[in-house]
Amino acid sequence: MSGLTSMTGAARAEILARTRAALTRAQPPGPVVRDYRTTGDLQLGSPELVALLTDRLVDYRAHVHPVGTEQISAAIAGIAAAHAGGAARFVVASDFATAWRQGWGAVEDHGLSPRELDETDGAVTTCRVAIADTGTLVLDAGPGQGRRAITLVPDLHICLVRHDQIVQTVPEALRRLDAGRPITFISGPSATSDIELARVEGVHGPRILHVLLISPP
Amino acid sequence: MTTFLGLPGGLPHADRHTGQVEGSLRFPDAARTALADGQLRTNIGAATRTIRTKRAAVVAEVPDWEELREAGRAIKTDTMARLPELLLQLEENVTARGGVVHWARDATQANAIVAGLVRAVGATEVVKVKSMVTQEIGLNEALAERGITAWETDLAELIVQLGHDKPSHILVPAIHRNRAQIREIFLREMPGVDSGLTDEPRDLAMAARRYLRAKFLTAQVAVSGANFAVADTGTLTVVESEGNGRMCLTLPQTLITVMGIEKVVPTFSDLEVFLQLLPRSSTGERMNPYTSMWTGVTPGDGPQDVHLVLLDNGRTATLADQVGRAALHCIRCSACLNVCPVYERTGGHAYGSVYPGPIGAVLSPQLTGITGGDDPNDSLPYASSLCGACFDACPVKIDIPNLLVNLRAQHTEAHADTHRIPSAEQIAMAATAWAMSSPSRWARAQATTRAGRLLGRRRQVIRALPAPLSAWTAARDLPRPPTETFRQWWAARDAGEHR
Repeated sequence: MSGLTSMTGAARAEILARTRAALTRAQPPGPVVRDYRTTGDLQLGSPELVALLTDRLVDYRAHVHPVGTEQISAAIAGIAAAHAGGAARFVVASDFATAWRQGWGAVEDHGLSPRELDETDGAVTTCRVAIADTGTLVLDAGPGQGRRAITLVPDLHICLVRHDQIVQTVPEALRRLDAGRPITFISGPSATSDIELARVEGVHGPRILHVLLISPP
Repeated sequence: MTTFLGLPGGLPHADRHTGQVEGSLRFPDAARTALADGQLRTNIGAATRTIRTKRAAVVAEVPDWEELREAGRAIKTDTMARLPELLLQLEENVTARGGVVHWARDATQANAIVAGLVRAVGATEVVKVKSMVTQEIGLNEALAERGITAWETDLAELIVQLGHDKPSHILVPAIHRNRAQIREIFLREMPGVDSGLTDEPRDLAMAARRYLRAKFLTAQVAVSGANFAVADTGTLTVVESEGNGRMCLTLPQTLITVMGIEKVVPTFSDLEVFLQLLPRSSTGERMNPYTSMWTGVTPGDGPQDVHLVLLDNGRTATLADQVGRAALHCIRCSACLNVCPVYERTGGHAYGSVYPGPIGAVLSPQLTGITGGDDPNDSLPYASSLCGACFDACPVKIDIPNLLVNLRAQHTEAHADTHRIPSAEQIAMAATAWAMSSPSRWARAQATTRAGRLLGRRRQVIRALPAPLSAWTAARDLPRPPTETFRQWWAARDAGEHR
C-alpha cells in the first residue's frame, strides 16, 4: 500500500499543478446570483402544505394515512395485520418510542446482519424532514430512525411524519440538515423504467411505502 | 505558461485507447450502421419522446426554473475557477471524517488504485452502482484482467453487462433492447433464473431483484461514482432510482468512489440547486426515488472503509480551454440527448464514447484532444445541425452549439497545421474570400452558379455534387440555384421591370 500511496501522492501534486496551469489565463467569474425560491408560499403546518405532500406521495403510489398521535400504534398494527397475516415483524431503531409499539411485533435493531434484516417484514421509522413540492422523506439516522440499512433491506417501510416536519421546498429541507450525518432522500418506493420505459415499482429497496402523517394533538 | 512539467505540448489528454472514451469508427460511418437498424430507431425515438414530454411537464411546474438554471451555471463556473482550492478542501474534509483520498492522473492509474484497494481487503468480487466515469476508464475490464469480477447492479447496466453489450443512453442504457430481447438475455446468462420467465417488465425486474439480492447481502466491496462532492463538508452524493445504489453504499464494509475532479461543488447548500435541476431534467420526475449522501465514515452505519479516487484523465486539458471548459459543468442529466434530432435518429452507440449525444460531442473530443486528423472523436463536433435545442434543455446552461463551433475551428486549425495540402473546404473558403473581395468578381462568380440549374431538375434539390464537392452532399441536399441572383433581381427592379 505504501507504493500505492506514494504513486498517488505524486499524482496529487501533478493534478493540482495541472489545474493551476489550466487556469492561468482564466478570468475571475462573476458572483453566484441566487434568485431562486428558498421558501414556499404555503404556511408551515398548514392544511394546504399537508395536502400538497399527500398529493405528491400518492402520485408516487405511496400509501398515506392521516393519523393523530394516539392512533400511531393502531395504524401500524393495521398495516402489519394486512401485510403478513398479522404475524408481521417490523424492525425499529432501539430508540423508537415504546408508546408506538403497541399491538404489533417490533424487532429492535442491535446490529442485525443484512440477512437477518432480509428475514423481517418491514421497518418503522421517523424522519428528519419531508418536502411537499417533491413528495420526499428525508432520513438522517436521527432519533427513531436507526441506521440506513433498516429502511433498505426489508420489503416494506412505514415512515412517521409530523405535520411540523413538512416544508414546501428543497432549499428549506437542506437548510434543516447536518451534512455530517448519513442522509437518505426517499421519494416513493424504489422504481425502474429500464425496460421499454415501463415503470416497475420496487426493485431493490422496499417495494411498499406507507406514510403516517401525524397531526398535532 | 507555455511549458509545464516538461510537457511543452500542453496538458495531457486521456489515452484514447484505454477505457471507452473514443469509439473505433468516425461518427458518419457509425451512424450509417445505426440508421439501418429499424428496431434501434423505434426504441430510441419512443424513449426520447416519452422523456421529453415528462420533462417538459415537471419543468413547467417550477416557477423559478430559469433562476435555478442561472444559479447552476454560476456555481459551476465559480467551481472551475477555484478547482485547485476546492479539491484540497474536499480532500481535507473527507480525510477528517475517516475517508482516504487517492489521486489518479489517468484511467490506467485509477484502475490500478481500485484494483489495489479491492485486493487489500482480499475480495475477488465487487458490486457496482451505475457510474459513467468507471465506464470511461474501463474499470470492469481492468478488474477482470486482475481476476476481480465487477457486478453491475443497475437493471439496465445488468442487461447491458449480461448481453455483452454497450450502453446506448446515459440514463436508460439498455433502451436499444426490447422486453423479448431482455428475456432471452436473462434466460441465457442469469444463473438460477426461472425457466418460466415471461417478458413482462415486472417479471424481468423481479428476476433481477432475486439475482442481485444474494450479491448485495454478501458483497464486501462496492464501487460507485458520485453525482456531487461537497468541498466544504466532504459529503458525497449519489442520485438513483432502484435502490441498488443504496445497497452498494450501505451494506458492504468497503466503499470505493471514483469521480472526475469536475464533480466537486463548493458548499452543501449548492445541492439545493442541483437536487432540483437534476431529477426533473433527467428522468422527468419531481425527485428521483433515492438520493444518498455520506461524509467519510459513520461509525456503526454503512461502510467503515471509505475511499475516494479523484480522476483527471483529460479534464485539466479541457479546463485549459476557456470556451471548452464549460463542458465540465455537465451534471449528466441526459436532457440534451433527448432533445437532439441527431441523437434521436442514431442513438448513443454511434458516438463511440461512453458520453453520447450533444454533450458527448463536446466532452469526448476534449478529453482525448483534437488532432486535426481522422480520429473518431475529431468527427463528433460535426455530429450536429447546431439547432440549439441542447442549449435550451441544459439545466446548467452549457452553450453546446458554441462549444461545437469552437471545436470545429480547432479541428480545422489542427488539420491545417498537420497537412501541407489544404482541405477542399479550405480551398473553397479561400476561393470564396477572393471572389467576395471584389464586387465584379462576385457578380461573375454568382452568375456561374446558374450552371447548377442543370442539376436537380426533377426534384428541385441537388442530391449529389461531383467530387470534391460530393463530400458536402454526402449527408446533405443542396437547393437548386434560383433562375436569377438577388443582385440581378435588384438591378432589374431599379430598371423599372418590377414594381
